[in-house]
Amino acid sequence: MMERPFVEIDRASMRYGGAHGTLALRDLTLAVNKGEFVAVVGPSGCGKSTLMRLVTGLWPVSSGSVIVDGREVDRPLSIAGMAFQNPTLLPWRDILDNVMLPFEVVAPRENRGRVARLENERKCMELLAKVGLGGFERKSPWQLSGGMQQRASLCRALVHEPKLLMLDEPFGALDVFTREDLWQVLQTLWMDRRPTVILVTHDLREAAFLADRVVIMSARPGRVIVERAIDLPRPRTLAMTYSAEFQSIARDLREHIDEARQGGDLAHAI
Amino acid sequence: MPSDGSAALGKPIAMKAAAGHPPDEQTRDMERQRALARRERFQRALPWLVIVLALLAWEFAVRVFHIAEFILPAPTSIAASMTKWWSPIAVHALQTLETTIIGFAAANVLGLALGALIGSSAMVYGGIYPLLIAFNSIPKVAVVPILVIWFGIGSPPAIITSFLMSFFPITVNVAAGIATVEPELRDVLRALGASRRTIIAKVGLPRSMPFYFASLKIAITSSFLGSILAETVAGQSGIGHLMIVASSRFEVPLVFAGLIVTSAMSVAMYAIAAVVEKRVTGWANRGGAEAGA
Ligand SMILES: Nc1ncnc2c1ncn2[C@@H]1O[C@H](COP(=O)(O)OP(=O)(O)OP(=O)(O)O)[C@@H](O)[C@H]1O
Ligand SMILES: [Mg+2]
Repeated sequence: MMERPFVEIDRASMRYGGAHGTLALRDLTLAVNKGEFVAVVGPSGCGKSTLMRLVTGLWPVSSGSVIVDGREVDRPLSIAGMAFQNPTLLPWRDILDNVMLPFEVVAPRENRGRVARLENERKCMELLAKVGLGGFERKSPWQLSGGMQQRASLCRALVHEPKLLMLDEPFGALDVFTREDLWQVLQTLWMDRRPTVILVTHDLREAAFLADRVVIMSARPGRVIVERAIDLPRPRTLAMTYSAEFQSIARDLREHIDEARQGGDLAHAI
Repeated sequence: MPSDGSAALGKPIAMKAAAGHPPDEQTRDMERQRALARRERFQRALPWLVIVLALLAWEFAVRVFHIAEFILPAPTSIAASMTKWWSPIAVHALQTLETTIIGFAAANVLGLALGALIGSSAMVYGGIYPLLIAFNSIPKVAVVPILVIWFGIGSPPAIITSFLMSFFPITVNVAAGIATVEPELRDVLRALGASRRTIIAKVGLPRSMPFYFASLKIAITSSFLGSILAETVAGQSGIGHLMIVASSRFEVPLVFAGLIVTSAMSVAMYAIAAVVEKRVTGWANRGGAEAGA
C-alpha cells in the first residue's frame, strides 16, 4: 500500500504582483514522499525559489493546491527548516546562539527553562561537532569562513529536527572542494534523521549525488517536465561520482536541461 | 614522499626568511614603527592643539585691536566671568541638562516604538512616513510660542522642544534597521512559525541597534539645541535663559561663558553616546563585510 506523499503539489500556479505580473509557475504538479530527498533543477528564473515559498506557505498559490503532511498550506508552515545560498547568520550572536534560534521560535514556552536550554545546547553542540564546527561555538559568524558559516546555517536549519527541510542553493557560493565536503555532511545528517528534503541546485552532480529523485523544471512559467530516480546505493561516496553510471546519469540530466531551456525559449517565442 | 619533498623545500625558505632581517634592516623597521606611533600621538593631540592655538589667537587679536568687551570678550575675561558667576551657571546648566535628558529619554522610548512600528509594516510606513517628514521640516522656533500658549512659560515647552528635535532621527534610523532585514532571514524565521513580533524582537531590533546608536549621537546634540532654543525664546531658567538675560544686560562675557558650557555638555553627551555605541554594537564594525551584506 502506498503511503500518502508528505508534500503534494497539485497544478499549482503562481503569479507575482497582480493580474499582469510575472507568471512564475504554471500547473506545477509534484509529490514528495516522507523522508525522500528530492533535488529540483531548472533554468535560472524558472521559479525554483518560488516553489520553495509555496511549499513552506510563505506565499499563497494563485491557483491549484499545496498539501503538506495532509494539511492544505494556507499560512507559513511553522515546522520547516530552511537554508539559502547566503548563510544569513545573525552577526550579533555567536555560532551556538545562532543555531539555538529555532528553539526560541518553534516552541518558546517549552524551551524557556534552564533544563530545556541545557538540553538544546547539547543538541546544538553535538550537531556542530558533526559538521566539523566543534570548538567554534563561541566564535562570531564573521570569524568563520564562508563554508563554515554555511555549515552553521545548515545546523540551524536542522537542529530542531524539522520534518521538512528546504534548501535553496545552499552550496551555490562555495568552492568545489568545500561543496563536495558539505554534500557528504548533508547526506550523513539526512541519513541520521530522515527529514523530507527539497533541494534546489544548479549543480547536476550535486543533484545526482544527494537526491533520491531529480526533478527538472521547464523555463518560466515553471512546471515539472522530467522526474528521474537516482538508484545509487547509500551512503554515496565521492569516488562514485567518477563511475560510469554516475556520469551517465549526469549526462542524461544535462540533456534534459538543454531541452528545458530550448523548450522555454520556444514557448517565449510563441 | 611528497611530504618529504615539501619539508626539504620548506627548510631553505625558512632559513632565508630568518636571515632576511639584517641588523640595519631591523633598526629601520623599529624606527618606522616609532615614527608611526609619534604620528598617531600627534593626531590624537591635534584637536586640543587647535583649540589652544585658536584661544591664543583670539586673546591676541582682542588685545592688539582693542576690541570692546561687549563686542567680543577675550578668553581670559570669559574665564573670569565663568569663575565669578559659577554658581548661577551651574544651576542653569543643570536645569538645561535635566530638561534635555527628559526630552531625550522620551524621544528614545517613543522613537524606538514608532520606529519598530513603521519599520515592520509597509502599510504603516507608507501612511506615516510622509507625515513625519513634513513634521520634521517645521522650524522648531515657530513651534515654541505655540507650546508656550499650551503649556505656559517654564520647562514643559523646553522638554517638548528637546523631544521634538531628537525624536525624528531616532525613529527613522530604527525603522530603517528593521525594514532592511534580509528577506531570506525573514523566510527562515517565518517558516519556523515566527510571528511578526518575534521577528522584530529576535532580528529587527538587534539589527537596528547600530543605526539607533549612530542616531543617538546626532539626537543628543539636537536635543540640547532644542532645550536651549526653547529656553531662549520662553524660559525662566536654563542656560539659554541665562544667556538671554546676560545679553540684555550687556554681560557679553557671561553669554560666551554660557555658550562654552553648552558646547562642553553637548560634547560630553556625544562622547557618552559614542562609547555606548561602541560597546553595544561592536559586532557591526568588526564583522563589517558580512554584516553589511
Ligand atoms: N518577489 C517577487 N516579486 C515579483 N516577481 C518575482 C519575485 N520573486 C521572483 N519573481 C519572478 O518570478 C520568476 C521566478 O523567480 P524565482 O526566484 O522563483 O526563480 P529561480 O528559479 O529561483 O531562479 P534562480 O535559479 O536564478 O534562483 C522570475 O522571473 C522572477 O522575476
Ligand atoms: Mg532562486
